[in-house]
Amino acid sequence: MSDITQSGPVLAADGRPLKRSLARALRMQKIRALMLIAPLLLFVLLTFILPIADMLFRSVENRIVQDTLPQTVVAVQDWDADSGEAPPDAVYEALAYDLVVAAERKQHTRVGTRLNYETPGISSLFRKAGRRVDEVGEGYLKQFAALDPAWGEPQTFMSVFADPEWLASRAGAGDEPPFQLSETAHDALPKASGAYMNFARTIQEEDNDSPAEEEPWAPVYMALHSDLAANPQAAQAFSGDAQRLLQEAAALIESGQMETESARDAFVKMDKDWADPEVWRTLKTYAGKYTNGYFLNAADLQKSPDGPELRPEDERIYGTLFLRTLIMSLAITCSCIVLGYPVAWILANLPSRTANMLMILVLLPFWTSLLVRTSAWKVMLQQQGVINDTLVWLGLVSDSDRLVMINNQFGTIVAMTHILLPFMILPMYSVMQTINPTYLRAAKSLGATNWTAFWRVYFPQSVPGIGAGSILVFILAIGYYITPELVGGTKGVFISNRIAFHISQSLNWGLAAALGTILLVIVLALYWAYDKIVGIDNVKLG
Amino acid sequence: MADASNVDAFVEFERVQKSYDGENLVVKDLNLTMPKGEFLTMLGPSGSGKTTCLMMLAGFETATHGDIRLDGTSINNIPPHKRGIGMVFQNYALFPHMTIAENLSFPLEVRNMGKSEREEKVKRALDMVEMGAFGGRRPAQLSGGQQQRIALARALVFEPELVLMDEPLGALDKQLREKMQFEITHLAHRLGITVVYVTHDQTEALTMSDRVAVFDDGRIQQIAPPDQLYESPENSFVAQFIGENNTLEGTVKEIKNGIALVQLDDGELIDCKPVNVSQPGERTRVSIRPERVEYNKDRLQAGVHTLKAEVLEFIYMGDIFRTRLRVAGNDEFIIKTRNAPDQVRLQPGQQIEIGWLPEDCRALDA
Repeated sequence: MSDITQSGPVLAADGRPLKRSLARALRMQKIRALMLIAPLLLFVLLTFILPIADMLFRSVENRIVQDTLPQTVVAVQDWDADSGEAPPDAVYEALAYDLVVAAERKQHTRVGTRLNYETPGISSLFRKAGRRVDEVGEGYLKQFAALDPAWGEPQTFMSVFADPEWLASRAGAGDEPPFQLSETAHDALPKASGAYMNFARTIQEEDNDSPAEEEPWAPVYMALHSDLAANPQAAQAFSGDAQRLLQEAAALIESGQMETESARDAFVKMDKDWADPEVWRTLKTYAGKYTNGYFLNAADLQKSPDGPELRPEDERIYGTLFLRTLIMSLAITCSCIVLGYPVAWILANLPSRTANMLMILVLLPFWTSLLVRTSAWKVMLQQQGVINDTLVWLGLVSDSDRLVMINNQFGTIVAMTHILLPFMILPMYSVMQTINPTYLRAAKSLGATNWTAFWRVYFPQSVPGIGAGSILVFILAIGYYITPELVGGTKGVFISNRIAFHISQSLNWGLAAALGTILLVIVLALYWAYDKIVGIDNVKLG
Repeated sequence: MADASNVDAFVEFERVQKSYDGENLVVKDLNLTMPKGEFLTMLGPSGSGKTTCLMMLAGFETATHGDIRLDGTSINNIPPHKRGIGMVFQNYALFPHMTIAENLSFPLEVRNMGKSEREEKVKRALDMVEMGAFGGRRPAQLSGGQQQRIALARALVFEPELVLMDEPLGALDKQLREKMQFEITHLAHRLGITVVYVTHDQTEALTMSDRVAVFDDGRIQQIAPPDQLYESPENSFVAQFIGENNTLEGTVKEIKNGIALVQLDDGELIDCKPVNVSQPGERTRVSIRPERVEYNKDRLQAGVHTLKAEVLEFIYMGDIFRTRLRVAGNDEFIIKTRNAPDQVRLQPGQQIEIGWLPEDCRALDA
């Protein structure tokens, strides 16, 4: 045989490597199989995997601070958060430049809300500042205008800041192209150019107006003052009227005759909390593009100078909630096992006709609306409900102290056990069906009593069913929302109810995503642990 | 052992009946006695009641009527786990979640035996079936034959006096089955245990047993040692069921000197041994074993009746030749001859004369 003598890869009859021939032969099959599942795969990807991934990403995403307050974020980096003092004036100035744009674009409340998650009160600070930020630098505006009325004309700013090419292009017909800064202005008056550029673009984009017809915001004058104070010779770069106007202004500033105005004071005048270093520390801490803040929050932690630390006791809720969710899910799983095992056993040992009848009874809850079943438990368990009425009628409970069985953990466990029971019975049943009754006979013939035969021989073989049912029930329970919401009251709610609250009410999606991610990780970790201890191969669904 | 008297009976069935639905009897009036140390096989087609009998003895089914006694005491009301009967099941029923050693240790544990004693007995039992090295494995890691040995060892490890086996070799291939047949019989005889063995395989029954009880229709049709069963079947069911058999139908002409003259349906006459016939005129079914038919004229006894036969088919089977003949209108008449150097090979179409010793040809019930 030539196959034995040759070395290297085995060749097919046509001389190509056998592996490649095989792969080619199988490729068509694979493609066909893929085509069959493609619609579902696409559907799942678009409607399930991508949204979840996006949602989970929100738990670390924090672009909003940097995107809305770009200059402030840069300026505040030089400030020492532990100095105990408010940041220098330059930081407030940067804040004014950022905030006036943000206010015009109505972004400032969002940053406020974001930072408010970390330090309560910031939201109103930003809202208030947004309304009055255009007053910062008002004094400069007046003084410039007093120096020369030309400073009140939009055309003056056009001649100083606009790119001549842009000016030429806007003279043509049609829509005004986006504002372009002249290089001269950019080099000579960096801050003012930035502020004016923001102003011009915002006016164009938000108001559909031309910067050539609008008087700039007050902070632009403040920036101009700041530039001229730093570089009195800036006017040399310009020519004509612009040069003269700038020279006059620079001279006035140099002479010390221009009254200065502190941006810090302006903000503190709006709200004294702007002087609070804590506000600035929060801003600095959450300036990054990504943050672990949501996760710290979800774990009842907060950032501190010495790394993460536990929140004050009265602010810790998520640890308790997670623990409660785990313990209650465990309780539900256990009661499902206890109630489901005998049922599954009977089903598996009855003749198939009777078993099928009973199986319908087990499946019946599946065909009833979840809401109806949960509401039924409300009727059953409430203090004026069926059970309490019966107990009172029997005289077991006095009318005055009827049992509290709903809007607490008991109610949640009872209702959820009922709802999840079929998920326990079905896998148990299908595993028990495969256990040959001869095993029990064999055990008895070897001298085991009924109980020993069950416990030593039957039960261990039914464990895979218990395992499968438990995983199913536990994972369903840990993320359950509707039932705890309806019958859980305040003491019986799960972490998922809190996630829903953050999604739909507090709108803190980052925190909701972080809580969801933690929940997901816990479930995966438990799954992994189960695999290590019991072995996932032992889980049988039939 | 064949003539076990009631005095030393170890297992006894007395007028036992069993019905599952209250309308049909699965076991009809069963009477059986077994002495200690006997290897008894219950043989019969499926649905003949043999497994039900075994289950009643094991305690998994209760007799509807009658008494089952073990060593003199009635066990009707004793639950299975107190009967102390070892049992080997058809699919071995080795506990899949336990190792081999744990499986063997199980009957000892439930008897509260000490650990060291247990270990020693398990070891001895494993060595007995030559599986000493497999204690730590799981049943699923063993081959069918190995599982079979373990099942046997488990049924024997707590030293029961009676062991029941319910078609234990049914799932094995032919060669292994034959090997295990010998191992089981040798083991049973060496240990001196009493065995009730259920099978539908007649070869198994014949090679292994001291006695065979042939079941049909809820009754024991015949209970006898294998050689008797084969050579002297008492009725046509047993004759048909055990081994290969040729039957010819006819009417008894006369009976004298212990020989019945039977006229076959096509008018020919043959000599038979009357078994279930007593007077002339009775219908009978005549049974002759294929290997007892002689066609070599030189070897035929002088004076016996012979029959004309036409060779239809010659089948070469190695150690034997199997020839199909048409005899008295029966196309399925088989003869078997040894593949010896002097043996004549018959050709299809050949006309021959066949005959046999009268005692080999049994006139049974019609």
